[in-house]
Amino acid sequence: MKNFDGSVLFLDRSDINTDEIIPARYLTENSKNALKPFLLEDLELGDFSPPKDIVGKRVVITRGNFGCGSSREHAPWALEANQIHLVIGESFARIFRQNMFNCGMMAIELPAETIDSLFRKFAKEDTTLETDFEKNKFIITANGVNEKILFSISDFDRKLVNAGGWVDYADGKY
Amino acid sequence: MGKTLAQKIFDSHRIDSLSGNIQVLRLDAVFCHEITTPIAINDLIRRDKDRVFDPAKIKVVIDHVSPAKDSKTATQGKILRQWARRHHITDFFDIGRNGVCHALFPEKGFARPGFTIIMGDSHTCTHGAFGAFAAGVGTTDLEVGILKGVCAFRAPETIKINITGKLPPGVYAKDVILSLIGKVGVNGATNKVIEFGGPVVSAMSMEARMTLCNMTVEAGATCGICAPDMTTVNYLWPFIQADYAAPAGALAAFEIWGSDPDAVYDAVIAHDIGKLEPVVTFGFKPDQVKAVREMAGTPVDQIYIGSCTNGRIEDLRVAARVLKGKTINEQVRGIVSPATPKIYEQAMQEGILQIFLSAGFCVTNPTCGACLGMSNGVLAKGEVCASTTNRNFSGRMGRGGMVHLMSPATAAATAVAGVITNSEIFTGQGGNS
Repeated sequence: MKNFDGSVLFLDRSDINTDEIIPARYLTENSKNALKPFLLEDLELGDFSPPKDIVGKRVVITRGNFGCGSSREHAPWALEANQIHLVIGESFARIFRQNMFNCGMMAIELPAETIDSLFRKFAKEDTTLETDFEKNKFIITANGVNEKILFSISDFDRKLVNAGGWVDYADGKY
Repeated sequence: MGKTLAQKIFDSHRIDSLSGNIQVLRLDAVFCHEITTPIAINDLIRRDKDRVFDPAKIKVVIDHVSPAKDSKTATQGKILRQWARRHHITDFFDIGRNGVCHALFPEKGFARPGFTIIMGDSHTCTHGAFGAFAAGVGTTDLEVGILKGVCAFRAPETIKINITGKLPPGVYAKDVILSLIGKVGVNGATNKVIEFGGPVVSAMSMEARMTLCNMTVEAGATCGICAPDMTTVNYLWPFIQADYAAPAGALAAFEIWGSDPDAVYDAVIAHDIGKLEPVVTFGFKPDQVKAVREMAGTPVDQIYIGSCTNGRIEDLRVAARVLKGKTINEQVRGIVSPATPKIYEQAMQEGILQIFLSAGFCVTNPTCGACLGMSNGVLAKGEVCASTTNRNFSGRMGRGGMVHLMSPATAAATAVAGVITNSEIFTGQGGNS
């Protein structure tokens, strides 16, 4: 199973699309790792400055409809190449969400109020997140203060995370 | 309780039900192109599973960057080409016979009522115009589709959109779908199927229905879908005539793929287009839609007519009607990409390409290229494109570039004026209406 713990990158906007996560000009790469330097390259969001603001981050917390647009799995791969295996948001585009779990990664939805409160309390701080996968729980910490948040995940998605993705799961079963 | 068309397709293709309302479906077709398939192929090789579930059900095209623009894109083509040969996939379309996947595959008769189709391309929803469940997927789903012929989906809820009224002259399917996305929002249909119905859809050609279904993903939908009718039968007739004595027989067979009168929908939306006027997007999201009238006078640098949304023969005919006898403004450049060789040839025979050339347009080969900023018309920073494509995301057609989505008629009129403007077909002025 992949790592779902570490430093949090907050992206405070809805509808961040796959062209912003990884622009089409990099879709000519045939290896996942080649995408690493270009994650979120075209995202214009306040003073956010990739790739320097991405270094060391392991979790993304964002708003609604993250990953809309193209079907490119290069978007999760670009995250994976940067060791970001967990995105938490209000909602996700269908294909992006499925691609995350298909790669053994997680796209977890939390209610808008919860996301809102996380942004208010933690977005300006140096924040880390720890995932208790068995207990469906995140522990978010900044300045020595922590908050526990429960999340839900379907059995199917849990199996994909445990199996490391859909290919291994489906090949064994169908 | 009645069933929707999508539910009927799910029921007839389900091989497994998993928790969380996940259904595993048997696939009738797996479509592949050179951007999202090579990594799946390489991963299958790495896993020592370089096999395909059924070479006759896999359809392959090189379309996104064609001809190859550099050694990386040439390599993507090479991986796909060698794989298709190795597995005896006969429906493989290389340059010269290739076209934009969602225009080419319907033209070949590969999308049929009741089919389940996946492709590593978000605009796969286009094929729902034939009464199929067709969904864009990522490379991992594609990989499993290639290997096993199955794919998992959440059981679909359907939003029914009844389109009523009469399309005014100069207003097209593109204006209808943009206005609908404006109403529903970019995630208003996430995880849902959008079923189009009503008299306007019944009167539409397959080309127009494909334009409608093509952009449903811009509202987050898994698939757009239209119940098959005589228009569907007539379009597919060259491919099915050996199976039926007469078109009426095909219609009877296809009509099982329709929603029951008492089907349960997630929502039913009435959309009257009697007073609709041509529209255009203004921001970086496809639901940011205004009347062309409100955006009139906005300068542009490039006009692009093409893509899986609006690169079909009807689209080129309409644009040519606007361009005939005119030249494009000297401040702008125009690019037209007929979406398939057949469309290209038809446009040539009908004198449409001559009209484009005389107007000062560059006629390129069929390719997706410019639509996603990969080749054949990439924008520079600060440039603005009037485009018949489907996404106006920031930088979509080139970093720092701006895209205004519109119909082919509006794009052609904009090319002549050099600024966003309504076509004379809509305004009723000028000699070409």
